[in-house]
Amino acid sequence: MKDQNVMGKSSKVIEVDKIAVRFSGDSGDGMQLTGTLFSQTSAVYGNDISTFPDFPADIRAPQGTIGGVSGFQVHFGQGVSTPGDLTDVLVAMNPAALKANVRFMKPGGTIILDVDSFDTKGLEKAGYKTDDPIAEDQLDGYNLIKAPITTLTKESVKELDLDNKSVLRSKNMFALGLVYWLFNRPIAHTQAYIKTKFGKNPAIMQANLLVLQAGFDYGNNIQAMTPSYHVSPSENRKGIYRNLNGNIAAAWGLLLASEKSGLPLFLGSYPITPATEILQELAARKDLGVKVFQAEDEIAGVCTAIGASYSGALGVTSTSGPGLALKTEAIGLAVMAELPLVVVNVQRGGPSTGLPTKTEQSDLLQALFGRNGESPVVVMAASTPVNCFDYAFYAAKIALEHMIPVILLTDGFLANGTQQWRVPDEGDFPAIEVPRTRQKPGEFQPYLRNEDKLNRDWVVPGMKGYEHRIGGLEKDAVSGNISHDGPNHHLMVSLRQQKLERVAHFVPALEVVGDASADLLVVGWGGTFGHLFAAVEALNKEGRKVALAHFNYINPLPLNTAELLGRYKKIVVCELNMGQFAGFLRMKHPQFSYEQFNKVEGQPFTVQELKEQFVKLMEA
Amino acid sequence: MSEVQEYTFVDFKSALNVRWCPGCGDHAILNTVQKAMAELQLKPEEVVVVSGIGCSSRFTYYMSTFGFHTIHGRGSAIASGVKVARPDLKVWHITGDGDALAIGGNHFIHTVRRNVDLNIILFNNQIYGLTKGQYSPTSKHGFVSKSSPFGTVEQPFRPGELTLGARGHFFARTIDRELKLCVDVFKAADRFEGTSVVEVLQNCVIFNDKTHQAITDKEFKDDRTILLEHGKPMIFGKNRDKGLMLEGLTLKVVQLGVNGVEEKDLLVHDAECTDSTMHLKLATMEYPEFPVALGVIRSVKGAVYNRDVEAQIQEVQQNSPVKSFRDLATRGNVWEVK
Ligand SMILES: Cc1ncc(C[n+]2csc(CCOP(=O)(O)OP(=O)(O)O)c2C)c(N)n1
Ligand code: SF4
Ligand SMILES: [Mg+2]
Repeated sequence: MKDQNVMGKSSKVIEVDKIAVRFSGDSGDGMQLTGTLFSQTSAVYGNDISTFPDFPADIRAPQGTIGGVSGFQVHFGQGVSTPGDLTDVLVAMNPAALKANVRFMKPGGTIILDVDSFDTKGLEKAGYKTDDPIAEDQLDGYNLIKAPITTLTKESVKELDLDNKSVLRSKNMFALGLVYWLFNRPIAHTQAYIKTKFGKNPAIMQANLLVLQAGFDYGNNIQAMTPSYHVSPSENRKGIYRNLNGNIAAAWGLLLASEKSGLPLFLGSYPITPATEILQELAARKDLGVKVFQAEDEIAGVCTAIGASYSGALGVTSTSGPGLALKTEAIGLAVMAELPLVVVNVQRGGPSTGLPTKTEQSDLLQALFGRNGESPVVVMAASTPVNCFDYAFYAAKIALEHMIPVILLTDGFLANGTQQWRVPDEGDFPAIEVPRTRQKPGEFQPYLRNEDKLNRDWVVPGMKGYEHRIGGLEKDAVSGNISHDGPNHHLMVSLRQQKLERVAHFVPALEVVGDASADLLVVGWGGTFGHLFAAVEALNKEGRKVALAHFNYINPLPLNTAELLGRYKKIVVCELNMGQFAGFLRMKHPQFSYEQFNKVEGQPFTVQELKEQFVKLMEA
Repeated sequence: MSEVQEYTFVDFKSALNVRWCPGCGDHAILNTVQKAMAELQLKPEEVVVVSGIGCSSRFTYYMSTFGFHTIHGRGSAIASGVKVARPDLKVWHITGDGDALAIGGNHFIHTVRRNVDLNIILFNNQIYGLTKGQYSPTSKHGFVSKSSPFGTVEQPFRPGELTLGARGHFFARTIDRELKLCVDVFKAADRFEGTSVVEVLQNCVIFNDKTHQAITDKEFKDDRTILLEHGKPMIFGKNRDKGLMLEGLTLKVVQLGVNGVEEKDLLVHDAECTDSTMHLKLATMEYPEFPVALGVIRSVKGAVYNRDVEAQIQEVQQNSPVKSFRDLATRGNVWEVK
């Protein structure tokens, strides 16, 4: 701890390289917005950020109850790769928020409470048995800031002629102002936001600005009791930055693919948590010519996308597990017709309706094998919120260039989590070149294959002399006409599989991070990257010999997979399911033995549990 | 005809042998669609035929146009995708009573509701032909089939009623063997902008032979059907001596010359009336109480989905500063690291 001059006043400042804050309150308290604004300010300041919203499943759970608590965790600083297992600072706007979130607290951390809401009724609703939640939850060792947030909010806007409801709505700005003070952050970015957001309603705008300032000032006035934190910015590459969550990133990756391929983007989709935002974002992108078809169900969603793709567009459908199940038969049609198609599947807890708002990785086998017949599709997975952009782009590139359906797996954790993102330069992403035909008009054979990718030519309606018929029936390998011939079917099944395997020649090799001579290789895929990486990095710092191989390309696997796995004595496959990828690796590379670490609690791994697990395995 | 015709019906035939059973009504429908396309002078490369699954859906392979034989029941969704992505194309959707109204019922009603500019030709043989003879959603109550050996205990859909219930803008009915009527109706369907549903009463010689015979047979057809023509009085019968009148809120068959009924007392067909009440009555007339209505029963202009999609995009693009992906990505809440 060192003394530092903050805003003209002396105070104690703790220097840290990363820190986590969790905002929590009733779902009506605006905690998601508060967290988002805080993360934006931190990112603008130059911190890496990673965020994790934790919403209640019910839209309107009873006020003040645990079921209605909405949380938003922001992890910021240097080298941040996860939203943080535990939080250093908790903002609890009511007793239920405290009760629900103490388990996420780091020992000795800071808790900011709105003491005004800690009355008998509030405590009862939250399920506290006594009127002393601090004792009941054993919070004595924590740094408690008991702020009368409601009272001070009312106080600061009493000059304005506002109804009680609007006044209470701005309480979150008090908490935000206070947290800004705690972290030495300027409030200017949020002030600007309030001015644009409430520009049409001067009274509300004024109230929010006053309350934000009041929160900041309150912090300043109580500073004698509370240390504040200094988190330094990271060294960032030059460029324009913004914050992006996984869903918007995926939608934008598709937009770039549309631009790079020169093909209009068509999305056929049906709303489903946690994928809906992709549909909504693209529906708003009429400015870029996107056509969005909100279909009557997921089947029509994928079918319209296939129709669009057949007629020459970049056809995409977005969904989550139950919706992917419905799309099964149509994806098989795209496999058979050998048309490009991108399916973005944002995984959630299953089976059936499962845990709609929680994260899981349990659709892997569905994506790989959930279709009738031998029906290979490319399966890939994004591994951070912002690389949903990259993998959506590459999913489209592969689909279009190889004439094959691609399923891109993301998950609820990536979809809702945000990170800062650098707007790519023109040359950061390659061109997309679709296989236009060189065959002559009048002699077109739709299933003639190109040598390098074994793909067929893409001919779209309107091209005179290239009229042809395709469909879901098996076709002759040469003429493309319907064929029921057994050996021909065998040949075609093999060709479609070989076409899939060719994709491996066009994707990057798998890389290992961490100790090159490791005793233990951690294997993961998709959205668990941040946590696995943080755990491996921390263990390396402690001198442990452990490395990480994280897969983004799953079907086909990268060409160097076997060579790489073979270098390590012990392999542990970590997934938020019961071992689906481990099973797939056993099928593809049975020569190795695989340990597993699995969890299906609807939550990401924690770095702590991973470290413990890895140490145990290394010592076994 | 004196003007030069670039395409004749032969230009719409593919090289494949037609494999429907001899005597199947599908042959005639294929020929008349090709004839209608030639008379409309459609360009084969601009026509896309999308079909589902069923005997009828094999249609696609027999056309020389672009064609996509898809999956059971989903053809109208795939066709919608084609048309919305490429409004310049002429999209025909071939479907059966099972394909459109059983497995594809949901897509059918929503396509009709949206009024996507498609020509839907619904082959109604009141049976599942391809799977060899199970009852379908249009089979009559009590119908005995392989899957209803004791007769069905369910009520059939009437495609016209369903189309109008889904707020359809165009509905027509024809009979496979009425070649001229087929050509006329297909042409009308193509000229109509929006979802045109044409129900073709089709005979399956193998599994449901003569199911429509009571009304389609040459001998009785004129007395048991009525050809509706826009702006013309509703007269029918071999001797053109019967007509339709409205009595209260119900239709009534009258004999011209009896009880002083004259031609001017008869209803005049107005296919373009926005209110669908009369169209519903006409579309649901059944023999023997009534003659079965043929021809274009309803043809009402309305908002067309694919056209409105284009218009909305144009409007937004005119007013938006975002012209490229980079414009989008560098706007709003961004900051620069120098
Ligand atoms: C998903 C699926 N379910 C069932 C079938 C089997 N099937 C094929 S066609 C058909 C019914 C066809 O009846 P209809 O649509 O009336 O066409 P028709 O053969 O009479 O022309 C059925 C049940 C299938 N192909 N796909
Ligand atoms: S089974 Fe019936 S519908 Fe099918 S081709 Fe034969 S006659 Fe036609
Ligand atoms: Mg049928």
